[in-house]
Amino acid sequence: MAEFKTNPEILQPENLVYKRTNLLTEKALSYCPGCGHGTAHRIIMEVIEEMGIQSETIGVAPVGCSVLAYEFMNIDIQQAAHGRAPAVATAIKRLFPEKFVFTYQGDGDLAAIGTAETIHACNRGENMTIFFINNGIYGMTGGQMAPTTLPGMKSSTSPYGRDIQTMGNPLKMTELVATLPGTIYVTRQAVHTPSAVRKAKRAVRKAFENQKLNKGLSFVEIVSNCNSGWKMNPLQSNEWMVENMFPFYPIGDIKVNEEK
Amino acid sequence: MKELRLMKGNEAFAEAVIRAGADGYFGYPITPQSEVMEYLMAQKTHERTGMVTLQAESEIAAINMVYGGAGCGKRVLTSSSSPGMSLKQEGISYIAGAELPCLLLNVVRGGPGLGTIQPSQSDYFQSTKGGGHGDYRLIVLAPSSVQEMADFAGLGFELAFKYRNPVLVLSDGAIGQMMEKVELDVQQPRFTDEEIRKNTPWATIGKTPDRDHNIITSLDLESIKMEQHNQKLQEKYRLIEENEVRYEKIGCEDAEYAFVAYGTSARICQKAIELARAEGIKVGLMRPITLFPFPKKILNDMTSRVKGILCVEMSAGQMIEDVKLAVEGRIKVEHFGRYGGIVHSPSEIVEALKKQIIGG
Repeated sequence: MAEFKTNPEILQPENLVYKRTNLLTEKALSYCPGCGHGTAHRIIMEVIEEMGIQSETIGVAPVGCSVLAYEFMNIDIQQAAHGRAPAVATAIKRLFPEKFVFTYQGDGDLAAIGTAETIHACNRGENMTIFFINNGIYGMTGGQMAPTTLPGMKSSTSPYGRDIQTMGNPLKMTELVATLPGTIYVTRQAVHTPSAVRKAKRAVRKAFENQKLNKGLSFVEIVSNCNSGWKMNPLQSNEWMVENMFPFYPIGDIKVNEEK
Repeated sequence: MKELRLMKGNEAFAEAVIRAGADGYFGYPITPQSEVMEYLMAQKTHERTGMVTLQAESEIAAINMVYGGAGCGKRVLTSSSSPGMSLKQEGISYIAGAELPCLLLNVVRGGPGLGTIQPSQSDYFQSTKGGGHGDYRLIVLAPSSVQEMADFAGLGFELAFKYRNPVLVLSDGAIGQMMEKVELDVQQPRFTDEEIRKNTPWATIGKTPDRDHNIITSLDLESIKMEQHNQKLQEKYRLIEENEVRYEKIGCEDAEYAFVAYGTSARICQKAIELARAEGIKVGLMRPITLFPFPKKILNDMTSRVKGILCVEMSAGQMIEDVKLAVEGRIKVEHFGRYGGIVHSPSEIVEALKKQIIGG
């Protein structure tokens, strides 16, 4: 490999246009190269830093690929049992109503084993934020079918494709929670292009700002890729996501309840 | 000043947790313990002390709310009865693994399955041997009166924070439902945020610049670290065994025989002692108050004086295993159980003593 030499003039402080947020730790992310989790972590931590609320924020990490989120997010954080993050976060928020509380959950965690906790936290209108990373598969355990797996999509437990007659339909949790009176803001975003990242970050910001207003639960889905689980390279997986996931899980705001 | 009241066991426990300065109760209705949450809701705990009382969507959600609150250094609790406690076991394992202090109440009913709503003691194994997955122990307190239902609320929180360990009050449907007079402690203040930061520096209440971020977890993917964590837990349990054994001995001074019983069956044994002594049988009672740590040494010491032990349990025989381990085969140990919601009569206990221990 050719030696890369940086021109020292480029490193002058006045030339700094982007800096990694201090709210991500120095630990190397455990996610597969190409996965959207890293970007999702980054924008959430950037928003917390920009709002200056690190000392008032408590996060809850799930079971799944992001089980080790607590290693990367430089905030006080609890690791919850599989699916139970909204219950854990409910108690934290009720006991510290002035703090900012969020959960960060995958689709297996949130939409399968934790369905009850998700629906009831949303329905109670807990004044907190749920971040929902939907990649249509169980990543950490090795690519099994998730509740969000698309019809016909192959996984290690639907090796011939998801047959909706025997395996059920994919569950649109985000549309479902939008019907509940306790949610104030429900949106679906993505992080596969710079413009999508900017929009997703605005949604993250709005979700945290909503906690200041004490209006109810904000729910931010981020449709993401799982190149490992989908058996594709990162580029193919992003293209596949746009072609297949987005038609089923359309990007954009689903509920914005401004006057509540 | 202490206050005297006539209360149900479940209500006395609920009143005592408010007075102990509890910050949060998270529960789900189940007979025979629903009075706990009903009482707390009727008391408007949020107005009275600032305590949160929340009815969760399930026992599973409730115990995970306890995890969240305990991870923030707050005094939190849940209560349930046997089938509900089974649902909570995963969460209790996480709480034990993450070394979080909390208070649990099981007002036991007969099982297995949906069983019955009548009192039983058939959750002894689940309560004292772990219950959920992994090598862990709860501190288990067994009340045998409404007074102890109240007393063990404060004591339970104290032990939970002393050892960063869940404490279980193992009651039963009889103690929970019956009314007795109870002397209540004065109101203790709830923890301030400053006290939480000082006394529980591990709590997740917001990272400040003066410390690293706090993490509440029971996970470590490095086996060597997980083994060390387990060793640390075991050392803590040994320390608890050294320091926290509690028991009561009744009529044991001249006893030739002994009953070993806790909770409701210990009360019935006291009547059985009166009946037996009227017939000239010298029998006493050793009542374990802590089921973990179990009073092993005191039982072993008793073997030099008594000829035989009858374990009286509202179960098919669970505590008897710990009694036999403690006695090390020195004297005869027999079990006499009623179960499925049936409570012993004092006279049938005396008959069992005669038949199984004295005549056997």
